[in-house]
Amino acid sequence: MKMITAIIRPHALELVREAIHEIGVSGLTVTEVKGYGRQKGHSEMYRGAEYTVNFQPKLKLELVVGDDAVSKAIEVISASAKSGKIGDGKIFVSSLESAIRIRTGETGEAAI
Amino acid sequence: MDTFSLELSYALDTFYFLMCTALVMLMAAGFAMLESGLVRSKNTVEILNKNVLLYGIACLVYFVIGYNIMYPADPVSSWIPGIDFFLGEDNTTEAVVAGGEGAPYYSAMADFIFQAVFAAATMSIVSGAVAERMRLWPFLLFAVFMVGFIYPVEGYWKWGGGFLDQLGFQDFAGSVVVHMAGAAAALAAVILIGPRKGKYGKNGEVHAIPGANLPMATLGMFILWFGWFGFNGGSELKIANVEEANAVAKIFVNTNMAAAAGMVAASLLARFMFGKTDLTMTISGALAGLVAITAEPLLPSPGLALFVGAVGGIVLVFSVVLMDKMQLDDPVGAISVHGTAGIWGIFAVLFSNPDATFAGQLIGTVVTFAWMFIASFIVLSIINKFFKLRVDEEEELEGMDISECGMSAYPEFTSDK
Repeated sequence: MKMITAIIRPHALELVREAIHEIGVSGLTVTEVKGYGRQKGHSEMYRGAEYTVNFQPKLKLELVVGDDAVSKAIEVISASAKSGKIGDGKIFVSSLESAIRIRTGETGEAAI
Repeated sequence: MDTFSLELSYALDTFYFLMCTALVMLMAAGFAMLESGLVRSKNTVEILNKNVLLYGIACLVYFVIGYNIMYPADPVSSWIPGIDFFLGEDNTTEAVVAGGEGAPYYSAMADFIFQAVFAAATMSIVSGAVAERMRLWPFLLFAVFMVGFIYPVEGYWKWGGGFLDQLGFQDFAGSVVVHMAGAAAALAAVILIGPRKGKYGKNGEVHAIPGANLPMATLGMFILWFGWFGFNGGSELKIANVEEANAVAKIFVNTNMAAAAGMVAASLLARFMFGKTDLTMTISGALAGLVAITAEPLLPSPGLALFVGAVGGIVLVFSVVLMDKMQLDDPVGAISVHGTAGIWGIFAVLFSNPDATFAGQLIGTVVTFAWMFIASFIVLSIINKFFKLRVDEEEELEGMDISECGMSAYPEFTSDK
């Protein structure tokens, strides 16, 4: 069982959601986040004074998949979130110790 | 005129005056939306509280004493108004139907309420400039002195028939008497309380502090524009004959023309100077156009009104930049909109009003500025001795919504336990 955490551009959400839905991932948690990586910030003007936007708005996606689905999930997320320009985001994969469905008490891959 | 015509025109002029009053009253909402849109979200409730309460306090104080100082029945001299309280009786039918030069042609009560909403508007100018750092109740205490005494005194000098009026100073609806006056008081407050924390760097660099809600600020601008038809249109004081009806229509056209031109001019200039189209400059530009035409919205041709408004928008942009260079922090640009554009407007009167003289306009502006600035500075300094004008640093960082009002504009994660 793996936890996939993906940071993507906000407007890529729907494409990513459709793509992971097609490969059978049945759940997704989305958080609005801000951060920076290589894209860094940019300067803007407000009433004649400069200000820097250091943190770009991004979405953080969290999904849990079985071990055998990890590479496929990474592949479709990458494909649907990619524009080829700096700022497309990142995907992190980590091992997940356990998962429990609150309603039924199921555990492990049966719970995801 | 026969009795019926006199009564009818009295009723019509009063009705028109009251409708204009209602328009100007709505400017309180315009200021509230504009200012709450241009501050950070952590100071939203506090700025709304200031805007709402200052309106209430202005109406009360102006009723008790302000109106009588501004329009004294029995002035001491052309410099010193008399003192009187509350309101007198309204006009009798006999006085109205007597006709002739001195006969009243609209209700005295209508005059009071129209002047009261003007007084509130003057105070609204101050709240924007001191936003995000001046404490609520010291501000409201200042509002008592401002609307009860400081503003009515200079109002008497011009509109109450005092020495500035006798001098030939021309200010139709208050580019200086209302707008620059409010800006001068705001400037005194801004100097006393200092800039918001983080606005200016150690080496004088200017850090922008963007407003939290620009849809709100945009709505505020349009409400103010809407109210301005009453502000300028109502100041004609009369509509019930062909000549006066035409005059009012011309004022509406010119007012709208100046606002549109000020907006477009400021927007284009800001686009040219800063690279992108800054909505807040567009908004301020429209208001600067309105302030500029307020000194004389009747006599200019619509083309001249367009010019007056456009230059208002242009001086606004330069004034905002200059204010920041001088480290005078004005979060909503109130001093530039109402002060700088107001001064331009008062001298633009010279283009269309043959009764205006350069000396008259200059003396009127300088005297009004000096009085408003000095009197406000003294009163604010005294208030500061007893109740600090400025919030503590920690409170400022946390936001005044919590420290002054104990609530947030959009509370999340609260519990009812």
